[in-house]
Parts: sequence; structure tokens; C-alpha cells
Amino acid sequence: MNTFLVFLQEHIEMVYIVLLSIFLGIEVIGRVPSVLHTPLMSGANAIHGVVIIGAIIVMGQVEADDWLALCIGFLAVVLGTLNVVGGFVVTDRMLEMFKKKK
Amino acid sequence: MELNLLTLCYLLGSLSFIVGLKMLSHPDTARKGNWVAAAGMAIAIFGTIFLYSEDGVKLGNYPWIFAGLAVGTIIGTLAAQKVKMTAMPEMVSLFNGMGGACAALISIIEFRHLIHSAELGLESSVTTLNIDTVTLLIIFAGLIIGTISFSGSMIAWGKLNGKVKDLAFNGQQMANNVLLIGILAFAAYLTYNISITNFFWFYLIAFAAVLYGVLFVLPIGGADMPVVISLLNSFTGVAAACGGFLYDNQVMLTGGILVGAAGTLLTILMCKAMNRSLTNVLLGSFGGSSKGEQQAVTGSYKEISLSDAAICMSYASKVMIVPGYGLAVAQAQHICHELEQLLEEKGVEVKYAIHPVAGRMPGHMNVLLAEADVNYDALLEMEDANNEFKSTDVVLILGANDVVNPAAKTDPASPIYGMPILEVEQAKTVIVNKRSMKPGYAGIENALFFQPKTSMLFGDAKAALQKLVAEIKAV
Repeated sequence: MNTFLVFLQEHIEMVYIVLLSIFLGIEVIGRVPSVLHTPLMSGANAIHGVVIIGAIIVMGQVEADDWLALCIGFLAVVLGTLNVVGGFVVTDRMLEMFKKKK
Repeated sequence: MELNLLTLCYLLGSLSFIVGLKMLSHPDTARKGNWVAAAGMAIAIFGTIFLYSEDGVKLGNYPWIFAGLAVGTIIGTLAAQKVKMTAMPEMVSLFNGMGGACAALISIIEFRHLIHSAELGLESSVTTLNIDTVTLLIIFAGLIIGTISFSGSMIAWGKLNGKVKDLAFNGQQMANNVLLIGILAFAAYLTYNISITNFFWFYLIAFAAVLYGVLFVLPIGGADMPVVISLLNSFTGVAAACGGFLYDNQVMLTGGILVGAAGTLLTILMCKAMNRSLTNVLLGSFGGSSKGEQQAVTGSYKEISLSDAAICMSYASKVMIVPGYGLAVAQAQHICHELEQLLEEKGVEVKYAIHPVAGRMPGHMNVLLAEADVNYDALLEMEDANNEFKSTDVVLILGANDVVNPAAKTDPASPIYGMPILEVEQAKTVIVNKRSMKPGYAGIENALFFQPKTSMLFGDAKAALQKLVAEIKAV
């Protein structure tokens, strides 16, 4: 139990971010018209691709002779990039079609 | 100073995600919002690459990082640009799985790293590893959530493109729960008792989580995949947030949690539109929970010939088209638009009635019809459409079934009772295009098809519409 209190103490800012982000996430999309559900899901999908940053950090810290870690890290960077780039491009393609109608 | 600059990058990134999501939920600003978020992502990524340092040591292995970015960018762009509009949901699922896998791989490397450095400081006689419990817990969380999201998304992807069939066996729910509890319990045990003799069980947990993701999605019906993808989407968000804790990284945390929360809300909104609870969707017990005897649907249906249908529609003053799953599967949106234009030329008013869960994802019909250049104003949402059916001469239903089933209003024993539907039976004539008399996803008969005002036009939506267009031209 004590470990968690220490953790909470040390990361209290992060905990605040989590709590506020939860409400923000709900508020921000609360009034979305159903027409935009699919693009919104796709856009959100691209945003969680932010996990790529973790992959980059991991990759950048791996010892240069640890081949297994390098390969796993490389794979992680590729997959994360796929998530980010693919996600944003697909979303744009969906939204492009709405735009023409205006 | 450099670190401060990175903090600024992360602040900009987080801000752009929030603003981007906000803009994405408005039709006018949605497209810009997507790029705002993308720009923030680029700032965060390049800021990390060039400015990140830990204890004064900067990141290395640049060739690997840039190679990875390049490969991912090329494949991602090509895949996203080549995919057909009807296959978008699959694509989203696939990309979501990639993100989940990425989170899981990060956990694996961090775990190896932790074990390795803990081993170094160890005397040979001691086997307990001195590792921070909370860090280990976060690594486990990232691993399990990311992996489930990955394997679940892959199955969802396979189901949407028809490669994977539904599979349910007796006691599957029980087995899944046991497996999940087992994974969690074992992860908790390892967290507190990690030692040099048992750390490799970590990989067993990864494997078990893959298995759980597969078993979790397998029994859920194909039409429910949007809900599942949305849920897995928010899972990946949480997995990304775990990484945020691991690296004290605010942008990962904000991005991950935002998506986790927004994804969960979106999932609930989707379920609401189908008048089902999330548990009901996940347990996949459609039809199994109905109370009492369902009203039997009997009677005979009548077919309509193409020429009769063509005449009927040509001389109507108002036609409503109800697109559904069948239209999406047959990719008939373009020919559908052609039909609409042809009728408009003949002075017929044509509107589309869009049920919130028609197609494969909420809003999917709008995207499909927009692709075929259908005017935005011609698409009516459910409530507006229901007000207009009374003054409609012909309703043309294209591959929709459950969303127009009157049992949702009249039969309390029906599994779809209470679901809001398009009240097409208020129109003068109803023409239903479907491939056969087989019941729809909910597995129940539709009394609408047996009503005197309804006539059936069997066939694949695309083929039937093509013939119909030809007939109308000849009228």
C-alpha cells in the first residue's frame, strides 16, 4: 500500500492529467453528430498512435549491440508509425468526401 | 534548455490533440481538426527524436529509428490511400491493432531492460530481483491491454473482411473469464514475487493475452464489430497512457487517456443507438435473452417484377431510400446515386433515410453515400425521416432488415424490442431489396415483409439496382 502512496505522491501531476483528460475526452466528443462517428473513431485511433513516442524512446536507449531489442524496437516503431500515418490519412480520406458537398 | 523545449513540444502536442478532437466532432471543421492533431503528433515525434535525453544522454540508434519511421510511413500511406471506402472499418481496426502491438512491444523491451539491469547488481546467491513494483505493474498493464487490443483487432479485421467466421462454443464466456482472471492473477503474483527463476513467465502472460483477445472477439457477431473496434480503440488509448506513466511523458498520457475516454463514450453511444447494453453486445447473446414467446410471423410475401418496381417509382412523387448493410456489402452506393438522379430528372423527390446503426459503423452510410456524391441535404437522420414517411409514396429498402422491423415497437418478446426503427410502414408502398428471405443479423423474422403494402425484389443490391436503372430509363 505504501508503495502506491509514494507513487501517487511522486506522480501527482500525472494523476491530475489522467483525471482531467478523462472528463475532457468525454466532454469534447459528447455532442458529436452521428454522421461523424466513423471519422471520429478513426481520428481518435490515429491519436492513440502517440504510443510511437514510447517506441522511439525505447529504440533510442537500446544498446547498439543488443540485436534482439533493436529488432523488437524497430518493429514497434514501424507499427506505431503505421498507426499514426495510416490513421490520419484514412481519416482525411473519409472527411474529404464530406467536404465536397458544401 | 533543450529539455524545456521538449516540454513545450509536448504541451503543443497535447493541446493539438484536444483541439483536434474538438474540431473533429464538428462537420465544418472536422478535416482541419484531423490535420491539427496530425501536426501536433509530428511536433511531439520529432521533438522526442531530437530533444529527448535522460540523465544527459541523448537518444541513439538514429538509423534504426528513421528507417522504422520511413517504412511505417510508406506502408501506412499506401494502405490508407488504396483501401476502398467500404473497407474503411477494417482498416481502422488494422491500424488500431498496430498501435496495440506497439504498446505491447514497448512493455516487452522495458521488461527485458529492467530484468537485465536488476540482474547486474545481483549477488549470485540471491534470486529475488529488486524492481520497483509500480513500474512492473505498469509494464504488465501495457503488455496485457496492448496485446488484447492487438489480437482482438486482428480478429475484428478478419471478421469484417469475411476471413474469420463467428465461433462460439458452450461455456466460452466462462472460459474467457477464467482466462482473464488467470492472466490478471498471475501478473499480480509475478509483480510481487519477481525473481530470476520466474521472470520468463512474463512471456507466457503475453501469449495468454493474445489468446484472450482472440477468444474475446470470436463469438461476437460481424455486425457488432464497430462496437468492438471502438472498445479496442479505447483499450489501445489506455495502453498508450501506460507508456506515458512509464516515461513520465505527458503527451502520451494526454493522448492515450483522451482516446481511452472518448473511445469508451463512443462505444456506449453506439450501443445506445442499437438499444443494447455493452454487456449484451460483448456476450453476443442476441436472441438468447428474450422473455416469453415471440409473436409468430406467418403469411405470404409477394414479389415485384423489375418493370413494376420501375413504374411504381417513376410515377411516385416522393421516394425514400433506406440503405443498409446489404448496400455496403454489394458496394452499390454509386448505382444507388444514379437511380436517385434518374428519378430526380423525372420530377420525383428522392431522400435517404439513415438509421444510426445502418451499415457497418455508425455514420458509415453517410460516408459511403458521400463517396458516391449524394447531396448531404438528401440524407435524413432517423427522426426527420420518420416524420416524412407518411407523405412518401415508395420506400425502397436496400439490404436493411432489423432497422425497419416493426417488432421493435410491437412485440415486447422480440430481442430487438425497444430499438428505435425507421417506421417505413407508414409509407404507401414498400419495396424491399434483399438477397433472400433469410432473417437479418438479429435472427428474427420481419413482419414488414409480409404486409400487403410490401413487395420483395430479390437479388444482390448492385445487380438489382443496375437492372432497375435500366428499366426506369425505358419507362
